[in-house]
Amino acid sequence: MSQPTQEDELLAQQALAEAAATHGGGEVTSGLSQGQIVRKRFFGHTGALIGLAVFAVIFLLAFTSVGAFGIPGWWKYTHVDVSPLVNDGAPTSSLWPFAWGEHPFGQDRIGRDLFAMTMRGAQQSITVMLLIGGIAGAIGAIVGGLAGYFRGWVEAVLMRLTDVIIIIPLLLLAAVVGQIANRRDEGSWLNGFAANNGVVILGIFLGFVSWVGLARLVRGEFLTLREREFVDAARISGASNARIIFKHILPNAVGVLIVNVTLTMSAAILLETALSYLGLGVKAPDTSLGLLVAQNQEAFATRPWLFWFPGLFIILICLSINFIGDGLRDAFDPRQKKFRAKSAVETAKHSSTTTAPVADTPKGS
Amino acid sequence: MVTYIVRRLITAAFILLGASFLVYLLTALSGDPLEELRTSSAPNRQALMDARINLLDLDTPAPLRYFKWLGGAAQCLVPLGNACNLGKNIAGQPITEALGFALVQTLTLVTGATILAILIGISLGIVTALRQYSALDYGVTFMAFLFFSLPIFWVAVLLKEFGAIGFNDFLRNPEIPPAVALGIGAVLGLIGAVVVGGEVKRRLIVGGSVFAAVSLVLFYFSLTQWFRNPGLGPVLIAIMGAGIAFGITILVSGLKNRKALQSSLIVVGIGVIAYFAVQPLLSDATGLMIFLLAIATILVGVAVGYFMGGYDRGQSMRAAGLTAFLVGALVVVDRFMQAWPSYFNNSRVRGRPIATIGAGTPNIQGDFWIMSTDTLTHLVLPTIALILVSLASYTRFTRSSMLEIMNMDYIRTARAKGLSERSVIMGHAFRNALIPIATIVAFDIGALIGGAVITETVFSVRGMGFLFIDGLLHTDPNPVMGVFLCVAITAMVFNLIADLAYSALDPRVRIKA
Repeated sequence: MSQPTQEDELLAQQALAEAAATHGGGEVTSGLSQGQIVRKRFFGHTGALIGLAVFAVIFLLAFTSVGAFGIPGWWKYTHVDVSPLVNDGAPTSSLWPFAWGEHPFGQDRIGRDLFAMTMRGAQQSITVMLLIGGIAGAIGAIVGGLAGYFRGWVEAVLMRLTDVIIIIPLLLLAAVVGQIANRRDEGSWLNGFAANNGVVILGIFLGFVSWVGLARLVRGEFLTLREREFVDAARISGASNARIIFKHILPNAVGVLIVNVTLTMSAAILLETALSYLGLGVKAPDTSLGLLVAQNQEAFATRPWLFWFPGLFIILICLSINFIGDGLRDAFDPRQKKFRAKSAVETAKHSSTTTAPVADTPKGS
Repeated sequence: MVTYIVRRLITAAFILLGASFLVYLLTALSGDPLEELRTSSAPNRQALMDARINLLDLDTPAPLRYFKWLGGAAQCLVPLGNACNLGKNIAGQPITEALGFALVQTLTLVTGATILAILIGISLGIVTALRQYSALDYGVTFMAFLFFSLPIFWVAVLLKEFGAIGFNDFLRNPEIPPAVALGIGAVLGLIGAVVVGGEVKRRLIVGGSVFAAVSLVLFYFSLTQWFRNPGLGPVLIAIMGAGIAFGITILVSGLKNRKALQSSLIVVGIGVIAYFAVQPLLSDATGLMIFLLAIATILVGVAVGYFMGGYDRGQSMRAAGLTAFLVGALVVVDRFMQAWPSYFNNSRVRGRPIATIGAGTPNIQGDFWIMSTDTLTHLVLPTIALILVSLASYTRFTRSSMLEIMNMDYIRTARAKGLSERSVIMGHAFRNALIPIATIVAFDIGALIGGAVITETVFSVRGMGFLFIDGLLHTDPNPVMGVFLCVAITAMVFNLIADLAYSALDPRVRIKA
């Protein structure tokens, strides 16, 4: 809190937001709303933009190529189709001259098309990721918000519940829950739905155990916000609890929520692939990126492409989500970004000229 | 303080009760322990099913079974009472016994990896913070993001393929083609040039010399088949020791403190002489002996520093002690290298030393050095994999913590009063940056035991993760609960330690009793 630049930026941002809220676009300020400021900062973040673009491409590719929700895709094979081996299953795509070929990512031993399998796997992994993000975000916001706003026994009960869940390592808990999600008893009420949408059930179940970290963060945010003057003002003017929560506190806490939901999702994709790899997540005959890696790791010496492509997609999805999350954090919370690059470079130049004799001595690294 | 700890412990006990109930119920719900028997065609199917129902007590509903289990587990709390009963697993083995074995396996696997990841991660974080917005910073930041996103099971397969199978093939005929040697030299030289920073001329000099040195060393290794018969010898130990002495002195006291430098160099001299003295002793070494020797080495170093004195005796002692420890480590490494050929030609190893799975070669015989080498060759790959995936968070965290500190007013004060950059960074900035890092390290150590599930599976180490997953796949709650208890108790203890450490390190944070 000692850096004047940060403070200034924060104050300026608050002033902007407040001005925008009260005057609907002030005279001195340019009238940017908080959303506009955030959007502007986010779109100024190169890494986040690249991440967004990569994720969008993968998303479209995965969901249109092999089809989803019963709609057929444009790719000629599906993940279960068996066709004769072309070129002993080696990838037929080439970068120069650019060509897709019959099986761009190759085929496995029995002739299934790896492109179709990878796309199906990416689809499943992305579905699970989004479900985990959505459900964990919703539960985390509700639990954290209620605990932070109402305090008292509500907080005690909810936070002890959070403590109970948070003490179980996520991977272990997820493994147990994944196993439950995969349980297929005859006559179980879930069974009919789960038989077709196993991955949805898995995502929902994993979402139910991933919210604890979010709940703690949201509670912390609510605890600080509920003491602020604008909440007092709203309360004095007779606003109901629901109105204060949804209209006054939640919009201010949404930054923390969105950023951490994104980071939860990047962890979620690794969680899902790891579970599927261990045989506790998505199970054959359906497929997921982790399952593909697990099934094909033994074939690394003979058919390395079976191993490369699914792994590459896991990394690409996770990396792009991480970059988006980083961009969102910088956009929502300028405190996290220590100082702007330009001024930092200037300061560094400045200090290096003034402290040159000292800086010449080894820095100890 | 005491009230605070007691209150925390009581809360922890209740949380543990709730969490264990939850885990027990979920595990019992997660499947049907009789499923494999139901589908089997064994003639004595019914008898097998009855036996299992009896063993797992399946006639009792799960919530009641939990309280039975709890009754057994509660006996573990009786001090000195040998009645600890965590039940038996599906094969009839007592859980306490299985846990003991698995715990040792897991700890061997994760300890080295965690220490290395913390050391490397923190140093990378400091360097990137000091060179913010340089090519190095951007490179490391990107790598950190990449490592964050790496699925460990994927990395592990790659490591098995290239680190183990590839390296073992290479060892069959350890000749490095000149082009490859030059290529490796060029890459390392480039990294050197990026790391060193500063003027273009300085970068070129450093990069060029790294390139030349690495290429020459690789040529030399290739010519002498060093990888088959590795060794350091007293000369190399002396040269490397001198380098270590300078490096440590720069970090601890700065080269201006001549007494510290001299004591470090004296320690290196003693180390080279001791190298000859301890060789016969090392031939029949044991783990305990190595440990005692390490302590003795540090004490010798500290003593040298003490007698050399100087204007700051503490600095000399620290520098000499650290140097002594590292030179001692070099001597041990050299002894390992001497044992390498006999390990390599061992009938069990048959010239393929780096193992891809397991925690040891079955039925291997040999002295301390052979056995330790065997453990180490099995640890190499999982350790690298674990370091890669856990490095990133330490780097990012240290970097941001360090950047925050470097902007503080007291750093400006320290610079203004004319302190050297070294003491500003090591003495003022780094120490304070360590406060938040210490807590995150404590958290991570708490999460260690349960954190290596996937690594254990990939490398077929029968540790805690294996016990857990195996129990889960058989819907056998007892091993699952055993692992959970260990993991949860360590996590809680280390969370408490993290909080206490924070208040001890940072006087601004006080615990409310």
